[in-house]
Amino acid sequence: MDWNLLITQLLNGLQLGLLLFLLASGLTLIFGIMDFINLSHGSFYMIGAYFCGTVVAKTGSFLLGILLGLVGVFVVGALVEWFIARKLYRADHLDHVLVTFGLILIFDTLVHIIWGASGMAIPLPDSLNGQVSIGSLVLPSYRLLIIGCGLLVAGLLYVLVVRTRLGMLIRAGASNRTMVEALGVNINRLFLIVFALGATMAGFAGMLIAPITEASIGMGNDIIIIAFVVVIVGGIGSVKGAFYAAMILGLIDTLSRSYLDLLLNLVMPVTYAETAAPALSAMLVYILMAAVLAFRPQGLFPPAGVK
Amino acid sequence: MGMVPRSVSAWCYAALLAVLALAPFLFEWMEQPFYLDLLSRGLILAIAVISLNLILGYGGMVSLGHAAYIGIGAYCVGIPAYYDLYNGWLHLALALGVSGLFALVTGAVSLRTKGVYFIMITMAFSQMVYFIFLSLEEYGADDGLVIYARSEFPEWMSMDGATSLYYWIFILMLLSLFLINRLVHARFGRVIVGSKFNEPRMQALGFDTYRYRLACYVISAMLCSLAGMLLGNFAGFISPDMISWARSGELIFMVIIGGVASIFGPLIGTLAFVVLEEGLSAITVYWHLIFGIMLVALVLFGKGGIHGWLSMLDRKRVEHD
Repeated sequence: MDWNLLITQLLNGLQLGLLLFLLASGLTLIFGIMDFINLSHGSFYMIGAYFCGTVVAKTGSFLLGILLGLVGVFVVGALVEWFIARKLYRADHLDHVLVTFGLILIFDTLVHIIWGASGMAIPLPDSLNGQVSIGSLVLPSYRLLIIGCGLLVAGLLYVLVVRTRLGMLIRAGASNRTMVEALGVNINRLFLIVFALGATMAGFAGMLIAPITEASIGMGNDIIIIAFVVVIVGGIGSVKGAFYAAMILGLIDTLSRSYLDLLLNLVMPVTYAETAAPALSAMLVYILMAAVLAFRPQGLFPPAGVK
Repeated sequence: MGMVPRSVSAWCYAALLAVLALAPFLFEWMEQPFYLDLLSRGLILAIAVISLNLILGYGGMVSLGHAAYIGIGAYCVGIPAYYDLYNGWLHLALALGVSGLFALVTGAVSLRTKGVYFIMITMAFSQMVYFIFLSLEEYGADDGLVIYARSEFPEWMSMDGATSLYYWIFILMLLSLFLINRLVHARFGRVIVGSKFNEPRMQALGFDTYRYRLACYVISAMLCSLAGMLLGNFAGFISPDMISWARSGELIFMVIIGGVASIFGPLIGTLAFVVLEEGLSAITVYWHLIFGIMLVALVLFGKGGIHGWLSMLDRKRVEHD
């Protein structure tokens, strides 16, 4: 057994899990509180990466790119909530699917018009481009930074949701929206903040990954589907659930890609195992979701009061 | 519906069917063979959209994974063809059998859920199909698979040649319209529509709504696989991209443009979609932007789709009389 490979894969899984959490935490709140399906949440992920890349190209400062990018995505998120999402909270889910599908087309094409069809590479400053060696293990320092940032945001979000008044309203909204409205809370403002905050976190995830994968059109459209799986598995409206589910799915996805063929090899010949393993590992997260939906539709960690 | 059209919309639909029936001659006379290609593709998609409308429009089951059945139908032509098996009956039986079985199993699980969860679980199952075909290196994986010859049928019903294939497609589309019309006006359809609006009441009336909905889901899937089988033959090339969730989103879009829960809505919606796609993409490479704006506007402002607007004409005329 190659222990270094295992540790690297565990860290990769953790990284994927944290990115998924950044996407899914906003998604689950928008879903849970406003009852709004936002397929275009992945567009914020893409827009974040492009905003950041543009600022980095102009100023050369990665930190400034992140900061201005966050502000930019927050504004875009707020505009989408204000002009479109707000009008549809009471409409049925089919309308949500259609409108946000339309938004994906709009955002993808706008990015195409503004930044062109080819992707945008985001150069890392030298200070982040190095490697860290622990014993015989060599890790890229930027990947450790992603994990650190992800954990930091998760911690901040925890404090926000559990310790602040805004967080209390958010939790109350996820458990029973009507009651929160009845108590005289300015529900429109709460919705606006939650939506824009969710968009910002998705944008942050896009900015973190873009230096590795580069920013490209439609980069959010695949990962957003897995983020939805995270939301369903964790329980709609539950930030805690999103965190656990993101970690579980991130690790399952990464580890199964590298080890499933070995595992299958125990029960079938090598040639079959090598064919079946990639298919099965790609399906694993969806199988898990189907199982959760079939046997525990409220998710593994539903918000308080939701049955 | 009687033999003589009685309203504005019925006249429009009758005229449309007449034009579709004569289309190959019309386009030959106009010397525009490309239009027949476009229309063939449109009618294939129409079959898929008609099938989706059965569950989405009449049954209220919003599936974001219906493109999976197009893919299954297409690969049921492509994979046998890869082994030089071109027997059309085999392709047909495989498409109907595999899609029916897959729909029975996944539908049995999916229909235990409601609303949002149903949307998500249907999408999850279609992603599974997508990844299965994406990882099958033997059958081209993401490069897709070329089908070198069309499914073989007896001489009198051969698919070879653009015109014969067109009539295959047209007749299957007509049969789908007929099937759905019969279904939704039969007791079966009443139960399906009833459980969309008030499932507990239908259950109180003694109907096992779960079984009805599952049967409906399986019928819809099998019908959709026919579209896939035709698409494989028409395009001569299939790839996992046919199954991606964006394709399923487009199918829903086509149902909505035409107008949900109407017999002709899906046909009109699909034709409108295909014509728009072709027309807009000829004008600008950024046509997706216009599409997106139309979608948003359709939901925010325009209810009922094209069928709804035509029905409004009917109502105006009735008021006039």
